[in-house]
Amino acid sequence: MRELIVKAEKLTKVYKLFAEEIAAVNNVDLEISSGEFVSIMGPSGSGKTTLLDMIGCLDSITSGRLEVLGNDVSKMKESRLVNIRRGKIGFVFQDFSLIPSLTALENIQLILYFAGIQKKKRDLIKLLEKVGLGHRVNHLPKQLSGGEKQRVAIARALATELEFLLADEPTGHLDTENSQEILNVFKQLNQEEGLTIIVATHDVKLGSQTTRTIYLRDGKVDQNNN
Amino acid sequence: MNVISVAYKNLKRKKIRSALTIGGVAIAVAVLVSLVGFDRGYQQSLTGNIDKMGYQLLVTAKGCPYEAATMMLKGGGGLRYMEQDIYEKIKSDIRIDKITPQLVSAVYDPDRLDGQGGFAMYMGIADSYLELKPWSELKSGGWFTSETADEVIMGYEAAEVEQRLVGDKIFIPNINKVMTVVGIFERSGTQDDGIIFLPIKTAQQIFSLPNKLTGVGIKLKNIQEIGNFEEDLYNEPGIQIISMAQVRGTILNLVSSAKVMANSVAVIAIFIAVIGVVNTILMSIFERTREIGVMKAIGASAMDIFKLVWTETILVCSFGGILGSILALLGSDLVEHIIKKILPYAPSGQLVLIKPGLLFAAFLGAIALGIISGIYPAWRASSMRPVEAIRTGE
Repeated sequence: MRELIVKAEKLTKVYKLFAEEIAAVNNVDLEISSGEFVSIMGPSGSGKTTLLDMIGCLDSITSGRLEVLGNDVSKMKESRLVNIRRGKIGFVFQDFSLIPSLTALENIQLILYFAGIQKKKRDLIKLLEKVGLGHRVNHLPKQLSGGEKQRVAIARALATELEFLLADEPTGHLDTENSQEILNVFKQLNQEEGLTIIVATHDVKLGSQTTRTIYLRDGKVDQNNN
Repeated sequence: MNVISVAYKNLKRKKIRSALTIGGVAIAVAVLVSLVGFDRGYQQSLTGNIDKMGYQLLVTAKGCPYEAATMMLKGGGGLRYMEQDIYEKIKSDIRIDKITPQLVSAVYDPDRLDGQGGFAMYMGIADSYLELKPWSELKSGGWFTSETADEVIMGYEAAEVEQRLVGDKIFIPNINKVMTVVGIFERSGTQDDGIIFLPIKTAQQIFSLPNKLTGVGIKLKNIQEIGNFEEDLYNEPGIQIISMAQVRGTILNLVSSAKVMANSVAVIAIFIAVIGVVNTILMSIFERTREIGVMKAIGASAMDIFKLVWTETILVCSFGGILGSILALLGSDLVEHIIKKILPYAPSGQLVLIKPGLLFAAFLGAIALGIISGIYPAWRASSMRPVEAIRTGE
């Protein structure tokens, strides 16, 4: 039986904008098990990123209950949330979010430093080779193409003993060819290594190749298709 | 991978801004090092100068002690006169090891300093002068041939200024007296170098000051007796006794107001440097808000971010400390030149004394500056909530 990685019950996130309250995520019930490749789709403002941030223990919740990796994180403060996500939850952002002053290798070393994990340099180079960047180890982000930057970001996320990977619009800044390459990397990680991946995306092609798609509309789950 | 290398690479991203901030810290450190170096150098030079006077006590005519102290350092006695009887009276005191009378006179010479005019200092001395200053050596020539000879021995600098050699004549304006140069002293590094010496009896005669003295220098057999000795002479009319310790204190009092001003400048420079550092680092973290959010998202704790930003601040200040120390070392001659022009009395010798210990202390001080000024920016960065930082920075 597959382990439950994320379990949300009536998960709600309300933002206050002046006097108005906006429910970015509204009473969402959700379960995601290990080994799934899930896409969260929906129009802009439907709550995809907010849902992803809460699952990734980056954002607090307004009401409801959220369990991540067996921990009830509903009322946890940031000082404890960091311990849940550190080394266990990987993030890939639309704009790659690499540290500009560090090389591809150093960007990976940084996450290991934060996680307090020691790894040999040659293992990290192998990791970069795995995402097709063995020849870009000592390049700075500004010397890499968009697709290469995103692959460094994926390698960075994979450097720790990851439980699941969250990707927010990972192909949003990429052309068709690079988008397909990133999709291939995700599929390979999911199928060959059983890595759980949750992607928030507008990209219909990416969404269509995941094992499950959750459609959001106005902060609510509209469809949950296998 | 360590926090120092990440912090260093972050600073390199904005090279000009980092360099300017480091420059600000460097100037503050340089000012501070120069001032502390001056404080130490001045005291050491002053003590050295006073020690080289050879006596512990100076008996002078009653008057302003500040004036007496300054004049004594410049010329060996205040320009007030006392009766020679005092000297005759106290010279037989068994507590005295060595004693010498002095008569100082300043004569304005319009031709001095290439026609600019200036005062020439003359000092009448006795044979006992050399007993109090056994290190004094004659560069050329010899001692006076008699107690009443019309002869002078010139200090090293006085001979250089007047361009005189042994055997030359020297004309004293106002009193129209011609004297023969019989000797020239070696450089002593004290004010004596600028004085023209003559036999005390000759001085009393040509300056029309019979039986007058400006001072009597005394060295006691036992330095512990100074207090008692001063007390015994306290009731003698028309004289005052100045100990060298008092002179030192008086001169240090004279420069203390200048030091207060200079220290205020240093404090302001440090304050401005701290503001500059805090401003630069704050600007840097605001620019990197999203990056900090991402670092937190991928696992950095608040303490990790605090350490990173704190290290950046400490690095800026450390580089500033090193650069400032180098600037202070290179600029010490210039600072000394300026100080000598400003101060009411500048002893000879090195006035700005910068030793390795001072540079090390300055470096530690710069690190302390970084530690203090880094706290607020580091706290601001570490307390950012990741999701807000990521969205705000988009």
